[in-house]
Amino acid sequence: MRSGPSSPPAGVSLPGSSAETVAARLWQRKGVGRRADSLFAILAGLCGVLVLLVLAYMVISTTGTALPVFRSQGISFITSSDWQPSAGRFGTLAFIYGTIITSVIALIIAVPLSVGVALFLTEYAPKRLRTPIGYAVDLLAAVPSVIYGLWGVFVLLPLFLQPSADFLAEYLGFMPIFKGPASGLSYFGAGVILAIMITPIISSLTREVFSTVPTADRHAAYALGATRWEMVRQVVLPRGRAGIVGATMLGLGRALGETIAVALLVGSAAKVDPSIVRPGYTMAAVIANTFPEATGEHIRALVGIGVVLFVMTVIINMAARAIVWRFNRI
Amino acid sequence: MSWAEDLPPLDGGASAPDTQAGHAGGRWSGRCWAPGVSLRDCRPARRRVWRNRRNATLIVLAVVLTLIPVAMILYQITSKGIQTMDWEFLTSSQPFSLRRTGGGFLNGLIGTAIMVGLATLVSVPLGILGAVYLVEYGKGNWLAKLIRFFSDVMTGVPSIFVGLFVYTALVVQFGFGALMGAASLMIIMMPIVVRSTEEMLKLVPHELKDASYALGAAKWQTVLRVILPSAAPGITTGVMLAVARAAGETAPLLLTALGSIQLTAKLWGAPIQALPLAIFDGARNPFAAGQARAWAGALELLLIVLVFTIMARVVASRSRISR
Repeated sequence: MRSGPSSPPAGVSLPGSSAETVAARLWQRKGVGRRADSLFAILAGLCGVLVLLVLAYMVISTTGTALPVFRSQGISFITSSDWQPSAGRFGTLAFIYGTIITSVIALIIAVPLSVGVALFLTEYAPKRLRTPIGYAVDLLAAVPSVIYGLWGVFVLLPLFLQPSADFLAEYLGFMPIFKGPASGLSYFGAGVILAIMITPIISSLTREVFSTVPTADRHAAYALGATRWEMVRQVVLPRGRAGIVGATMLGLGRALGETIAVALLVGSAAKVDPSIVRPGYTMAAVIANTFPEATGEHIRALVGIGVVLFVMTVIINMAARAIVWRFNRI
Repeated sequence: MSWAEDLPPLDGGASAPDTQAGHAGGRWSGRCWAPGVSLRDCRPARRRVWRNRRNATLIVLAVVLTLIPVAMILYQITSKGIQTMDWEFLTSSQPFSLRRTGGGFLNGLIGTAIMVGLATLVSVPLGILGAVYLVEYGKGNWLAKLIRFFSDVMTGVPSIFVGLFVYTALVVQFGFGALMGAASLMIIMMPIVVRSTEEMLKLVPHELKDASYALGAAKWQTVLRVILPSAAPGITTGVMLAVARAAGETAPLLLTALGSIQLTAKLWGAPIQALPLAIFDGARNPFAAGQARAWAGALELLLIVLVFTIMARVVASRSRISR
C-alpha cells in the first residue's frame, strides 16, 4: 500500500474490511461470479458443519449400540462394581474409580512439575537455554502413547515403579491407600506414566499464559524491592491462575482418555481397591484389553463404558475451554 | 532491578562491603533510610533471600525431573531398537509366532502408510475448507462459534471412543479393514487441521485481501489464490502435526483395523496391521524375540513421528512473514 495522504497507517485494517463489501457488491452484477462465490461459501460451510455432524453421529451411534445394556443394567451400570460379562452383570464402578484415581495421581505429580517448567522457561532460564529445553519438553508431547507403554513396562517398571511401590507399601503401608502387597503394575504405575505424558501439555499452555504477563508489571515488582520469587509469587502466578486451572483440566481430559500406556501398566484387576499400589483397571484400558475377545452383550457394555468416558471428558474439556476462553478475553 | 536479576551470594562475594547490616533481621532491615547510604546496600533480609534461592532450586529440580524421561526414552528406544533394526527388519513382515526371531514390521509400516495417507487425503481438504468457512464466511456468527467450540471438544475426545464409534457405525457392517482404520484417523485429524488452519488464516494481513478485492477478484478467488497460498506454511505445520499424531495412534486402530501378521494392501474386507499395533502386541507378550521386534518398531515409529514433528517446526520457523 503506497502511503498517500489519506491512507491509514500500515497494520491498521479498515473497519469491516470495506474492500470486501465493495467487491461483493460489484460482483453481484455478474451472474456467474456470484454463483461461483455462493457455491464456494456453501462448500466451505458444509465442511464446517461436517464436524458437528460427525460429533452428533458419534454420540447417536455409540449410545444407540449401548442402549440395551443401559436399559438392562439401569443405574447399577455406574454404581456397581460387579463386572462379570459371562454372567451378564456389567457394573463398571471399578473402571470409573480407576480412571479417576490414576488421573488424580497424574495431576498431583504433573501440575507442580509443569508449573515449575513453565516458570523456568519464562522467568528463570537464560535465553540460550529456553529454546532447547522448550523443544525437549514439547518432544515428550509428540511421543506416541504406545511407546510410553513399551518403555514403561520394560524400563520404568523394574527401574522405578516397582521399587517405589515397594517403598510406599513398606514405610507408609499403615495407611489404607498404600497398603501392600505392592505392585508396580498398579494405579500408581499408571498414574506416573500418565504424569509424564501430560506434563508437556500442561506446561506448554501454562507457559503461554505466563508469557502474557506484561514486563512492566515484573519491573514494577522488582522496583519495589521484590526478590525474583516474590515477583513470581505476586505478579506472575496470580495473573496465570486461570490459565493454570484451564491447562490442568485439559491435562485431566487427556489423562482420562489415555489408553494404551495405561492398559499396559495398570495391572488389569477389575475391583475397587483403596490402595494405589495394587493393580486396578481404567475405563479406556478395559476397552482396549478386552474388546477383541468380547461378543454380544459384552461388546455393548464396553461401548457403554466408552459413552460414559466420553461424557466425562467432554464435561471436563468444556469446563477447561470455558475457563481458558474467559481468561483470554480479559 | 539489577540486584534482583543477579542476586549476590549470601556471603557478600563481589557485593558492597557492609552487607552485614542487610541481614540484621526484620522485613526491610538494612540502613536504607539513613542519609548518605547508597541504594545498592539495601538488600532483602536473609530469610527472603533464602526463600528465593530455595524456590529457584525447586524449579530447576522440576525441569530436571521432566527432562529425565525425555533423555531416557530417546536413549533406550535408540539403544534397544538399534539391536534388532536391520535390513531384514525393514523389508520383511512378522513371522507367524512371536517366539521366532527375525522378520520385521513391513506389514505394519505399509498399513500405517495406507491408513494415515487416506486419512490425510480426506481430512486435510475438508479441514482447510472448514477453517476457511470459520474465518472468511462465518466470522463471528453462531454457527461458526458452534463449529469452533465443538472442534475444540472433538480434539479432546478420547481416541478409543473414536474407535468405538467407527466400530459401531462401520465395522459392524463392513468388517475390519484399512478403510475403517483410516476413517477413525480422519476423525482424529480433522479437528486438529481445522483449528490450526483457522489460527493461520487469521494471521493473513488484511492489506493482502484488500489488494486482491481491489483487483476485482471474487471472494472464492481471493481465498484460493491469495489467502490460502500466503498461509500455506502455517497450514503445512498444522497438517504435519496432525499426521504425526495419527501415525502414533493405537487405540482406535485396535477396534477398526484390528491388526494382522500378513502383509496386505487391501482397503477393506481384511484386517490390516499398523506399526503401533505391532508394537503393542510385542509389548504385551512374554517372548524375547517379539519384544525385541517391538523395540525396533518403536524406534521406527519414533523416527517417523519425530521427522514430521521436526519438519513442522522447521516449516513454522521459516514462515514468519505472516506473523
